Amino acid sequence: MKTVYFDNNATTKVAEEVFEEMKPLFCELYGNPSSMHTFGGQLSRKIGRAREQIANLLGCHPSEVVFTSGGTESDNAAIKGAIAAVPNKRKIITSRVEHPAVLAVCRDLENHGYTLAEIGVDRLGHLDMDQLDYEVDEDTAIVTIMYANNETGVIFPVEKIAKLVTDRGAIFHTDAVQAVGKIPLNLSNSYIDLLSLSGHKLHGPKGVGVLYIRKGTRISPFMLGGHQEAGKRAGTENVPGIVGLGKACELAAENIEQESQKVKRLRDRLENAILRECPDSRLNGDKENRLPNTSNISFEYIEGEAILLMLDKFGICASSGSACTSGSLEPSHVLRAMGVPFTAAHGSIRFSLSRYNTQEDVDYTVEKLPLIINQLRELSPFVAK
Amino acid sequence: MWEYTDKLKDHFFNPRNVGEIGDPNGVGEVGSLACGDALKLTFKLDKNGRIQDAKFKTFGCASAIATSSVLTEMIKGKTLEEAANVTNKDIADYLGGLPEQKMHCSVMGREALEAAIENYRTGGEKKHELEGTVVCTCFGVTDQEIERVVRENDLTTVEEVTNYCKAGGGCGGCQGEIEKIIRRVQGDKARAKPAPTPKGTGKLTNIQKIQLVQQTINEQIRPALRAHGGNIELIDVEGNKVIVAFRGMCAQCKLAEFTMKDVVEAKLREFVSDELFVEEDKESALQPHDHRG
Repeated sequence: MKTVYFDNNATTKVAEEVFEEMKPLFCELYGNPSSMHTFGGQLSRKIGRAREQIANLLGCHPSEVVFTSGGTESDNAAIKGAIAAVPNKRKIITSRVEHPAVLAVCRDLENHGYTLAEIGVDRLGHLDMDQLDYEVDEDTAIVTIMYANNETGVIFPVEKIAKLVTDRGAIFHTDAVQAVGKIPLNLSNSYIDLLSLSGHKLHGPKGVGVLYIRKGTRISPFMLGGHQEAGKRAGTENVPGIVGLGKACELAAENIEQESQKVKRLRDRLENAILRECPDSRLNGDKENRLPNTSNISFEYIEGEAILLMLDKFGICASSGSACTSGSLEPSHVLRAMGVPFTAAHGSIRFSLSRYNTQEDVDYTVEKLPLIINQLRELSPFVAK
Repeated sequence: MWEYTDKLKDHFFNPRNVGEIGDPNGVGEVGSLACGDALKLTFKLDKNGRIQDAKFKTFGCASAIATSSVLTEMIKGKTLEEAANVTNKDIADYLGGLPEQKMHCSVMGREALEAAIENYRTGGEKKHELEGTVVCTCFGVTDQEIERVVRENDLTTVEEVTNYCKAGGGCGGCQGEIEKIIRRVQGDKARAKPAPTPKGTGKLTNIQKIQLVQQTINEQIRPALRAHGGNIELIDVEGNKVIVAFRGMCAQCKLAEFTMKDVVEAKLREFVSDELFVEEDKESALQPHDHRG
C-alpha cells in the first residue's frame, strides 16, 4: 500500500545522502576518535567536519556546537546546566506550550526550590509578551522559550525575547528542534545563549542532537567521565550519528529557501483544500507566522483518534492532539493553552510535511479525507441530520 | 499505537446499526463533547417485549465506536431483563478485550443501555440523571458510579478507576476521594497495598516534618492546583504552623468554591500530622496574574 507521510514533526526520513555518509562508519571505520592510532584518530577529523557543517547552518562558531543524544538531552542539559552555574538565582521562566522535554524539567525543578513562571499564549498561539516583560527580574536564572511550536508550527519572536532576557542578566535558551532546517536561523548576530536541535527532525538519524552554547555562556558539565565535547558532555562520540547530522545540516543549508517555498506551497494547497472540502473545520494557530510545513486543523463533532485510524487504513500518516491518542484523558496542552474549545481540541489533526512530499500525496489525501470526516460525522450524535 | 483486536477494528471500520430509531421505546444518552466521548442509544421492542431493533450514534475514538456497535448487536433479541444484565465486562469480552486505558468505553456502553431502559420504564419521561454526589468534577463522575465500577470489575487502584470511568484523570484533585471509595468497597484488598506516602507513627523531628510537608505539597497538592492554572509555595514552617502562598489562582476553577487554605490543611493533616494548621502569606501572593482558561 502507498504510504503518505505527513508526520514530519514527529520524525523524518533519513536522507539517502546522509545514510551514504554514515554507512562506512559501522563496520569499516569503527575506531574511537580519542585513540592515538590513525585508524581511530582519523575520525576526529570527521567529527570536526560535522561541527563545521552544523555551525554553517546555524551561523555560529564550530566550538559552540556540543553533541548530545538528541533534543530531549539538549533541553535537559541546557536548563539544569545553566541554573547550576548561577546558584544565587532561583527563578525559571518558560511558556505554557513548550514540549514536555522543557516543561517537565521546569516543573520538576519547582519541586527543588525554584520558582516557575509559565507565560501564556493568545488564541492564535502568540506569546504574551507583556507577561514575559513583567516576569523577567533579577532573580531569574533562565528563560526557556521554544523557537516554533511542534503542534501548531507558530513561530515565537525569539530574537526579541532573547534581547529582553539577556539585557536583564538572565540566560536565554530556546528549543529550536522544530525550527532548524525548516526556516533560516542566524546566530552570528544573536542574543540567544543556548539552543537545542535534534538530528531526526531534519532528515538526519535518531539518537543525535546538538546543544549550541554561545561562547562565554556559563554552563555546568552535564555528563562526567571523559574529555569529549570540551569536558561538557563526556562519553565516546556517536560517530555515525554525528557525521549523519553534519550531512543533514549541509543539505538543509544548501536548499533551505527553495525547499521551504516548495513545502509551503504543498502545505497551503493541502490546507486550503481540506478547509474548503470539510465543513466545520478550522485552522489552529496563526496562519501567517508559522513554520512552512505544519498545519493543525480541527474537525468539530468528531474525535481525532478515529480520524487517524481511518487515515491509516489508506496509508496516510498524521497525528492528533486528541486525548485518546496519548492515553491521557485531556486533549493537547498546547491547544488548551490557546483556548481552543474542547469540542475542537478533541478533533484536531496535525499534518506536517517535508521536502519528500509531492503534489500526488496532497491530492490523494484531499480525495480521502472528506469521505472519512463525513463517515465519522454520520456516526456522531452531535451532528443534526 | 493501541493494540486493538481484529474484532474491534471490524466494528470500528464497519459499524453495525448506526443511526436513530424514529419512534423508539427507549432512548439513552450519556457522555458529552467536553469529555471526549458520548453515546446515544435507541431501541424498539417487538410485541413479545424483546428488543427488536437497536441503533447508536457515537462521538469518540475507535474503541468507543466499536463498543457501541457490539452493544447494539448483543442486546438485539433480548428481553429488557436480560439486557439489563449485560455488564461492561461482557461488552469488553465480546470484543476479545480492550486496552486497559480504554475500558471506560465499555462502561459508557453499559451506562447508555441502563439509561435507555430507565427511559422506557418511566414512560419516556425520565432522562438519565446522575445518581449520588459528584466526586470528579472534571468528568462529572459520582461516588455511586465509582463504587459500581470498583465492585463490578474488582478494582483496587485509583489508576484502574480512571481507566474504567475517567474519574481522577483530569486535574487529579479527587484522587484522595477515589482512594477512600476503593477502601470502603474493597476493604482489606485495597488496604493490603502500601499507602503512597507513609504517615510516620512516632513523633517527627522538625527536619522530618518540614521535609514531609514539602513532599506532600510537591506530590499531593501542587499537581492538582497546576491543572487549574494555580500554584502553591511553601514559605516557612514554625512549630505546627505551615505558612504557604498561593499563586495565579484560577478564578473560574471549581476548587475556588472551597477556601484553598482548608484543602491544603486537610491534605497536610492526612499525610503529615493531625496537629498542623495552615496560614496564608498574603503579602508574597500579591502578584498580578492574568490567567487564561
